[in-house]
Amino acid sequence: MTSVPTYAASSSKRQPKAMTDPVAGASPFFRRLATAPGMATLGSLIAVVVLWELTARIFAIPSYLLPTPSSVIQSFSSIGYDRWFVHVWATLRVAMIGYALSIVIAIPLAILMLRSPFLSRTLYPLLVVVQSTPVVAVAPIIIVSLGAGDAPRVVITCLITFFPLVVSTATGLAATPPELIELSRSLRAPAWREITQIRLPFAVPYIFSALKISITLAVIGAVVAEFCASEAGVGYFIQFSTSMFRLPQAWAGLIVLAAMSLVLFQLVLFAQKSLFPWSLPKKD
Amino acid sequence: MASPAIRFDTLGQVFDTRSGRTEALRDVSFEVARHEFVAILGPSGCGKSTLLRLIAGLLRPTSGSVEVFGLQVGEPRDDIGIVFQKPTLLPWATVEDNVVFPARHKRGRVSPEERERAAALLRMVGLEGFAKRLPDELSGGMQQRVGIARALLMDPDILLMDEPFSALDALTREVMGFDLLRIFAERPKTVVFITHSVSEAALLADRVLVMTGRPGSVLTDVVVPVGRPRGPETANEKAIHDLSAYLRSFLLQKAA
Ligand SMILES: Nc1ncnc2c1ncn2[C@@H]1O[C@H](COP(=O)(O)OP(=O)(O)OP(=O)(O)O)[C@@H](O)[C@H]1O
Ligand SMILES: [Mg+2]
Repeated sequence: MTSVPTYAASSSKRQPKAMTDPVAGASPFFRRLATAPGMATLGSLIAVVVLWELTARIFAIPSYLLPTPSSVIQSFSSIGYDRWFVHVWATLRVAMIGYALSIVIAIPLAILMLRSPFLSRTLYPLLVVVQSTPVVAVAPIIIVSLGAGDAPRVVITCLITFFPLVVSTATGLAATPPELIELSRSLRAPAWREITQIRLPFAVPYIFSALKISITLAVIGAVVAEFCASEAGVGYFIQFSTSMFRLPQAWAGLIVLAAMSLVLFQLVLFAQKSLFPWSLPKKD
Repeated sequence: MASPAIRFDTLGQVFDTRSGRTEALRDVSFEVARHEFVAILGPSGCGKSTLLRLIAGLLRPTSGSVEVFGLQVGEPRDDIGIVFQKPTLLPWATVEDNVVFPARHKRGRVSPEERERAAALLRMVGLEGFAKRLPDELSGGMQQRVGIARALLMDPDILLMDEPFSALDALTREVMGFDLLRIFAERPKTVVFITHSVSEAALLADRVLVMTGRPGSVLTDVVVPVGRPRGPETANEKAIHDLSAYLRSFLLQKAA
């Protein structure tokens, strides 16, 4: 009985060692290529696409069920850059304005909530209620009450991005070492400087983790709004394409959307790396 | 006659919290003369940090009084510096900017004289050449030296040190102790130094207060029978050994 776990432990320790280098026999160039960052992701992505293409062709799957990657690529160019630009810009504009507005409201609100326990107690339940109401369900109502134009879509984007930002910022502001707060008080410094010189910088890692979550949510918010009412945007384009049974087109829209989220996410990460390098987790 | 630097008079401190009342300190009376180095020993939770926060004006006494240079402590004063157990530096600021932080935080700007002072302080704590480094590039001992330099920036009359070396390894701790002796020999200060180390208290202080909990109160007040200047050789003196042994047995007896 006792020997079994011992054996299991030692074998699990040995296992990764035996599997360390899958390209041990390859030439240095290929070995370096294969171990380059992102190479594994790219490799598996290509494999999936090839497999997909082959399956769709061999089994002659109709394109409205599952279009082949090649037909998706083809529909990219058939749409034309100017039309893509119109849709991407419509979605991007709403996502960015909503995101910016969310930041501009969330951070001061988190500061106010730190200063006033009363406000914190009253607002938190309200925020949780708003957060747990499905945006998809609220969106049509907002569009009816706010009418046409960007305004309702921006509000929807705000609603979906707001919660992580407020909660993370509030957590970060409160996570400051108590010694520094005592230092600030012992210096009789103005209270706002305690916020700007101590609490906010200490909250930067927290704020950025929320910014990364919220940027992808902003794209989702913009798309949800377009589904309800709009005449432009990538979400609108996907909906329009599916209603016409142009599935390759819809898939192309989906890929554009994913690429957009990915690029925006990387931009936030880049901003953190270049502006606040100390706020990133240490690598050893 | 000049008033003492610090005077506690029948001080009592009670904390009322949701989970109940804690009587942290009861009937604490003692004085610290100007430029005297007083170490405080005592079990965990007996109110040592509370004592420092009272001197710093971060806490109002529930009963009795605390005076600094003859004046009742109402709010924090400019002539008190604090060194914490953890260095708690700003991770985004360079060593130099951490040292001048009190000036920037209090007035929003740093004068050229304060920059010069910071450079001199960094030299004094042995960190010349590290001014432009970030705190996480420094060892724990070096970070605590930055914390000491930061506390000395405004040239306070009184320095409050709350277990400043307890996060350091034994050797670094000893070196830091000797450096502290050298620093205060150059520029005398009134120091209240909290520690759990009996030998550290005996080596550094002019007087050692032993506290018990709870409620915390001062049990004995021992004068260290060794003059100054002190240095590494002081650690081997018989008087220091005897005092350490006495304090240790005293604490053990009280803890039992
Ligand atoms: N702000 C506070 N609110 C409520 N209770 C407090 C507060 N500060 C301290 N206490 C209580 O007062 C007592 C003394 O605390 P203090 O931190 O002064 O002890 P200490 O001697 O510094 O302990 P240690 O050696 O562990 O640092 C403890 O029981 C603590 O729980
Ligand atoms: Mg303490």
